[in-house]
Formats: sequence, structure tokens, C-alpha cells
Amino acid sequence: MSHYEAPIREPLIYGDKKYHDISVDVAAPVEGKANKKWWIAFTIALIAFLYGLGAILYTIGTGIGVWGLNNRVNWAWDITNFVWWVGIGHAGTLISAVLLLFRQKWRMGINRSAEAMTIFAVVQAGLFPIIHMGRVWNAFYVLPIPNNYGSLWVNFNSPLLWDVFAISTYLSVSLVFWYTGLLPDFAMLRDRAVRPFQKKIYSLLSFGWSGRLKDWQRFEEVSLVLAGLATPLVLSVHTIVSMDFATSVIPGWHSTIFPPYFVAGAIFSGFAMVQTLLLIMRKVSNLESYITRVHIENMNKVILLTGGIVSVAYITEFFVGWYSGSSYEDYTYLSVGAATGPYWWAFWALITCNFIFPQTLWFKKLRTNYIWSFIISIIINIGMWFERFDIIVIDLSRGHLPSSWTMFSPTFVDIAIFIGTIGFFFVLFLLYARTFPVIAQAELKSILKSSGDNYKKLREENHE
Amino acid sequence: MSNKTIQAIFDDDDVLLKAVKGLKDANYDIEEVFTPFPVHGLEKAAGLKNTRIAIASFIYGVIGFSFAVWMMNYMMIMDWPQNIGGKPSFSFHENMPAFIPIMFELTVFFAAHLMVITFYMRSKLWPFKKAENPDVRTTDDHFMVEVSTEENVEKLEEFLKNNGAKEIKLKA
Repeated sequence: MSHYEAPIREPLIYGDKKYHDISVDVAAPVEGKANKKWWIAFTIALIAFLYGLGAILYTIGTGIGVWGLNNRVNWAWDITNFVWWVGIGHAGTLISAVLLLFRQKWRMGINRSAEAMTIFAVVQAGLFPIIHMGRVWNAFYVLPIPNNYGSLWVNFNSPLLWDVFAISTYLSVSLVFWYTGLLPDFAMLRDRAVRPFQKKIYSLLSFGWSGRLKDWQRFEEVSLVLAGLATPLVLSVHTIVSMDFATSVIPGWHSTIFPPYFVAGAIFSGFAMVQTLLLIMRKVSNLESYITRVHIENMNKVILLTGGIVSVAYITEFFVGWYSGSSYEDYTYLSVGAATGPYWWAFWALITCNFIFPQTLWFKKLRTNYIWSFIISIIINIGMWFERFDIIVIDLSRGHLPSSWTMFSPTFVDIAIFIGTIGFFFVLFLLYARTFPVIAQAELKSILKSSGDNYKKLREENHE
Repeated sequence: MSNKTIQAIFDDDDVLLKAVKGLKDANYDIEEVFTPFPVHGLEKAAGLKNTRIAIASFIYGVIGFSFAVWMMNYMMIMDWPQNIGGKPSFSFHENMPAFIPIMFELTVFFAAHLMVITFYMRSKLWPFKKAENPDVRTTDDHFMVEVSTEENVEKLEEFLKNNGAKEIKLKA
């Protein structure tokens, strides 16, 4: 049979599903009514978002003096949050692009939500550099266009400008990748819709997708080429983010290990965030048949791998701090360093969350356990926030000149903006979960016969 | 005698694939197939030519790359060369290493977006476009083949029925 798949491979779709059942299950959260829990979560997220919005407006109205930044520590929470959100935004494209190139079928149950998460996270990330400019109405100065002072061009030597190009390319390409994949699924919702308003909305969103043979042929080719383009793109984005630090002369930042270390960290934190969201979503939206233990275990394996790379990078930094013989490196990492200096708690939070706890995933019992996976994913999210905080704040607070050594403490505005972006992220994600097809159902239908539990059993009975 | 188009509905992709192969072998003219998901091997069975959209994307990428080179050379080297942190900015080849990230990003930007726009234009997909699948079930779990014939319609209907078609009707 053409649908043969080795019996040793675990099924990716459970339950006695036919093609129609997949449509019904994917459409259910969209067609049904929101329950109380959704409204409670949405209200909390909205309040957090509005609180953050107020803090942003206060910052813009008064100036970034309302943040906890000082002469020496001129990047702190803002850029920590920026890098944290960009990092989280790496998992979606990795799942949909890299796993597509590797022909990993398990990506199909989770890629839609992972990509949505990516886009929403990059939106949060983009906010921080813009509000950090202070005069946000001048944000267009980062674009290579002639401005009101004559044609004073942007500086293409600056990694900060590379970031502008990298993040905007990444956001826009992820968006069209996501949207193109959504067309057949919107079409499915459109053709099922009973209420005229819903029909209208999904007709508009589906761009008139009809499922012609030629359209599918182009669709698959476009997906493949976009995956090929997005794979180096996703690696370039965090590489360029790391160059914001690596090309400077701050001890602790001036480090060639940063690009691979940042990319691995980004995938690590991104997968943790996908894990957090999907573990909730599979329960709330009744998608247990499609987001299974196999998916969770596979993601935990990626987390274990990238967590390992990140841990090796930490150790390498320490080794080089000692081996380079540079007194500045030595200062940052060893003497007054991270582990024993005034920020020891941030350093040990990082080591505990990113290095020690993820090691539990070596045990099959733990990495296939939903509750433990959820706890670990939260721990990693916290740990990766501390990683960026450590890199930025610890290194800036201890520079070449001991007389300017200082400490940083956030103001309520710093904290409010961070909470606000988390609120904004969940507002977007909760709206998405109720209005979008959260699983790439068209793609999933194409693997049902090879990876569905019922078909696998049928084949076994027939000894095929 | 004018051309008549028969619409046949299938409810299984394997049956559909076999039927399409059979139609092709019997030299029928397959006008269109509507499917809810990409059926592996169907475009070959229906005798579709390969899409050239990947080639288009490559060309767009080359355009993006050239644009990036031209833009940065014009802005940084020709129009207003500046000494920024002592970095060499008075000739393109000396300054070039700093331009590589943006060259890459713009290559991807052009290749991806222009390819997707080409796809949408060629497949006629845009907002407010009306869907053209004749049966709403073809985005759920049914498959439709449109076959046209000049000769005996009954013979074609018989053929489709024997090949597993669930419903058959004449296109209005």
C-alpha cells in the first residue's frame, strides 16, 4: 500500500478518525461558544495588556527616564524582554520549516499554533526597541529612506540596523508562510459555516481558495521553497540579534560563541513556550487526538538537545574566561563574576532553570508526562529570561572602569510594560484559538491514512 | 456535438487516484480536480506539468540580492560616505563584509514575498475572490473530478461508476 508506514512508528492521530472527523474537530472551537474559562483568561490578559499599554504611554509621554536605566546600565529590562520574545518567536518557523525539510510528520499537529505563537511573540519583541527610542514618532529613521535632514542615510555597518532588516523580514515572511498555509483551512471553515456573517468572514479570509489540483501543486511547491528560505532566515535572525552584543567591546559581550549559543537558546525557549501553550490547548480545545504524547515527547527531545547546546556554551564561556588570560574576561566570569557577585541569584536562577531541571527529560517517564513537561516548560521560560538578563545587566554593571560599577533595579514601569506584553501576547493567542483553525487540517488529512491509529491497526489486522 | 462536462464525486483519495489514472489511460479530458488536501501523486496521474514557481522565486532572490548591493553601495559609498568608527567606508569591497547580513535578508525578503504574490496572482487568490469549488464538501472529505467528453456521455458515466464514483452529474 502507498500509505504504508513502519508499525514501529507511533500513531500521530488517535481515535477512530475519518477525514470528516478532522474537519469537525478543528472547526469545533471556532463554531462553538467560548466557555467561562476562556472569558476569565481573556479578561486577565486584557487587563494586563491595558496596564502595559498605560505604562508604554506614560513612558512615551514622560521619556525613558521613568525606567530603571542609568548611565552605566543603559540596556536592561527592555532589551532583555526584546531578546526573550524574539527567542520565543523562533520555534514556530523552526517547526514548520526545518521539520518540513526533514519530512517530520509530527509537525503537522502543532505547526499552525507554533507559527501563530511565533508571530505574536515577534510583535511583542518589536515593541521594545521602538519604545526604547523614546521619540517613537521618529522610528521611521531606521528605514533607508531620505529624511527631513536631507539624505542622511542609515548606517549599514551597525548590527542594530541589521536587526531592523532581520526582524522585519522574519516577521513578514513568517506571516505569509502562516497565512498561505491557512487558506485551505479557512476554506474548510467557509464551506461549513452556517451563519451568514461567519460565511462572509471566512470567505474573505480564505481568498476564494477552491482546492484545484494546480493550486495544490503550487501550494506544496511554495511551502517547500518558503521552508527552504525560512530555515536560514530563522537561524540568521538570532545570529544577528547576538551580533548586537558580540560586535561590541563590552567584556562578556565580545564573544564569538554568541551566534550559535543564541540560536540554540532561542530554539530552547521557543519550544518551551510552544510546549506551555499546546499542553493547555490540547485540553481546552479537545485536541488530545491530534496533539499526542508523541508530539510532547518529540518536543521535549528537542528541548533536551538545545538545552544541552546552551549548557555547553555556558561552560565554554567560563573555560574561555579562564583560558584566554584576559583580565577583563576573567573579571566578568570568574573574579567578581556572575556566580559570586551581587547578581549571584540571577546567575544561579539561570543555571538551575536551564541546565539542571531540563536534565530530568533524559528519563522517558518524565518526558512523556504532561504535568512535568508543563512545569519544565515554565521553568525554561523563566530561565531563558534570566539568561538574557544576566548577559545584559551583569556585563553592563561591571565594565572596564571600576568607578562606574553600578547596580540596576527596575521601576514599576519596566515591570508593567513586561507584564503588558505578556498580556498582549495572550490576548492575541486566545483570540486566535477561538477564530482560526488551530491545526493544519488539510495537511493532517494527508497523513491520516499513514499515521492514524485506526488505519495502522487495520493494516496490522490485514497483515499488510 | 458540443462538449459535455461530467462532475463525479469520490469519497476516498485512493479510489480517486485510481479513477484519475484510468481516465487518463482511456484518453478522457480531465478538466479539473477539487480536493480537500494535496493527494500525493495526483498531479502526475492527471498529467499536470511541473510548476515553475520555484524558478520564479530564485529569480526574485537574485533581484533582491542585486537590489541590496545597489542600495548599500549607493547609500554608504557613493551618496554620502562617512567615517563611522574608523570602519572602511570609501570602497565597496572594503565595506562589503558589513553588508552581508542585509544582502541575505533582502534576498530572502524578495524571494519569499514575490513568490507568494506570484502564487496568489496565478492561482487567482485574493480577498473578496469568490470560491469556485462546485460542491462545498470538496474542502471537507469529498473529491470532485470534472471530465469533459464529446462522445457518449453514458459511457463515461458508466466508466466513472465502475471506478468508484459516488455521485455523478452533468455540469450545468
